Amino acid sequence: MFSKGGDIMVGKVLEIVDKLGRKEDKLIEILIELQNQSVYNYLSKDVIKEVANLLDISETKVYGIANFYSMLSTQKRGRHVIQICNSAPCYIKEGQHLVTIFEDILGINIGEVTEDKMFSLEYTSCIGACDQAPAARIDEMIYGELDRAKVFNILASLRREETDE
Amino acid sequence: MSNLLFERSDTLLSFDDYQQADGFKVLQCVLKKPPLEIIDEIKASNLVGRGGAGFPVGIKMSSVQRMESDIKYLVCNADEGEPGTFKDRELLSRNPLKVIESMIISAYAIGASKGYLYVRGEYAYLKAPILEALEVLRGEGYLGKNICDSGFDFDIEYRSGIGAYICGEETALIESIEGRSGDPRNKPPYTAEVGLWGKPTLVNNVETLANILPIMDLGAEVYKTYGTEKSAGTKLFSVSGSVINKGVYEVPFGTTLRQLIDEECGGAEHIKFIQVGGSSGIILPESMIDIELSYEAFSELDAGLGSGAIYVADESVCVLDYLKVTAAFFKHESCGKCTPCREGNRHIERILRNLSQGIGSKEDIDTLQRTSLVMKEASFCGLGQTATSGLVSALKYFEDEILLHLEEKCHTGVCSFPKGGDQ
Repeated sequence: MFSKGGDIMVGKVLEIVDKLGRKEDKLIEILIELQNQSVYNYLSKDVIKEVANLLDISETKVYGIANFYSMLSTQKRGRHVIQICNSAPCYIKEGQHLVTIFEDILGINIGEVTEDKMFSLEYTSCIGACDQAPAARIDEMIYGELDRAKVFNILASLRREETDE
Repeated sequence: MSNLLFERSDTLLSFDDYQQADGFKVLQCVLKKPPLEIIDEIKASNLVGRGGAGFPVGIKMSSVQRMESDIKYLVCNADEGEPGTFKDRELLSRNPLKVIESMIISAYAIGASKGYLYVRGEYAYLKAPILEALEVLRGEGYLGKNICDSGFDFDIEYRSGIGAYICGEETALIESIEGRSGDPRNKPPYTAEVGLWGKPTLVNNVETLANILPIMDLGAEVYKTYGTEKSAGTKLFSVSGSVINKGVYEVPFGTTLRQLIDEECGGAEHIKFIQVGGSSGIILPESMIDIELSYEAFSELDAGLGSGAIYVADESVCVLDYLKVTAAFFKHESCGKCTPCREGNRHIERILRNLSQGIGSKEDIDTLQRTSLVMKEASFCGLGQTATSGLVSALKYFEDEILLHLEEKCHTGVCSFPKGGDQ
């Protein structure tokens, strides 16, 4: 299913476009699905080119969409995307320290990807988990009331899952 | 007794459980009435939009209903992006069927045959249960052709938001459904006339729609016994920060902020300020905690209740630090289409960041005030118009505390500077 770069093969794009509909208004749904299926959670140049081609719209437009929406990425990310909420309710509730905790444990700075490409670390605006502040979103899951011990356990179990596979 | 919208005990109900709890009874009843009668009932209830703008829902519905068109749309706005807000998350996760039933009733009233449920990407975990619910309803004849043998056709499509606060603005949301970047459109024409694909469209927030069900069930007169004379019904408040029990609470309008915090949330200690309405709401000092939660009480302060997010900050929070983070949020979320919002947010964020590092002068306060005024008056959409509500109100009550940072001191000692200054 994946070529050696870990990216989605062109055939897969066709399959998803046909499943969701070859219509311009489905573009965002198509891009979400393609990003979800990408091992490194991003939309590569080839994928964008193929989507533009299949929907008969310009590549620029597809890039524009991918850049406008903050949950879409045109940069290669980790297998797991960690997003730390930096909106006021989380930031004030230890959120600013949460970043340091993740950075310490992963050995990277915010905005970077770990060397083994397992995790990427980024900020996000409010994820609607203010009642569990400080919170982060990892892939599609929300983790709340985070402290060093919890973060350590979550990252360890995600790594374990990957090695088991 | 103030639960019109959700029971605290509600969990994700199955179709059978919902039906046994009188689910879809209201819909069946409504489908026998002429659409205008439903709209009259909504008008009589004085329901106003709960997403932030507070527009009368009956009038909006009637504008769409009046339009002649081959197709009309209903859009449920679940792009809940206002920081501090998680009420729609609760409505959609506890009982999506209630929201969907309200959508079908509203669609019938305005004559819409197609509905979109636009849910923010951050709530992607809600997608599977909602898609399943929609599929069950198609099978049971509550969605699709000829709903409950009424001759009314309506179906709902799920759409994902993908990380853009601006898409909570209704015209930006429409752009997004059409497959474009969420740049807001000019108004007028209003979406009721020219909306999705140029067709008449009703866009309502999840909570607004959820109110349709109890109004049609109890009748406008009973509904209006909840709340105040000018703010009918109940409101969901998402409470976070330094309260004992954080969460979503439903209280009738007219409840005071103190009652909400003390009686529902188990209280809070050493309150410094409270922001009402999310990051785009006003900041009130503790001395104003007896304010009534109603549209009329807040309009006296030239403010609204916004999305109903309530953030309670205690004495450990540095107000400048808080404002700085809020400004960074708006700088990030501004779509960049209009100059006042794009440039204004950049300047405000920079000035606040500098002040928090002790750089600046007393004149910066004037610049912040002036920039905020320009943004409020000249921004293209609600984002820029309300981005500085918190800042302007905080300057009114906390100017000294902010300026103290120029002496490299802070009341709290949590930001760049050590604790100091008279409190």
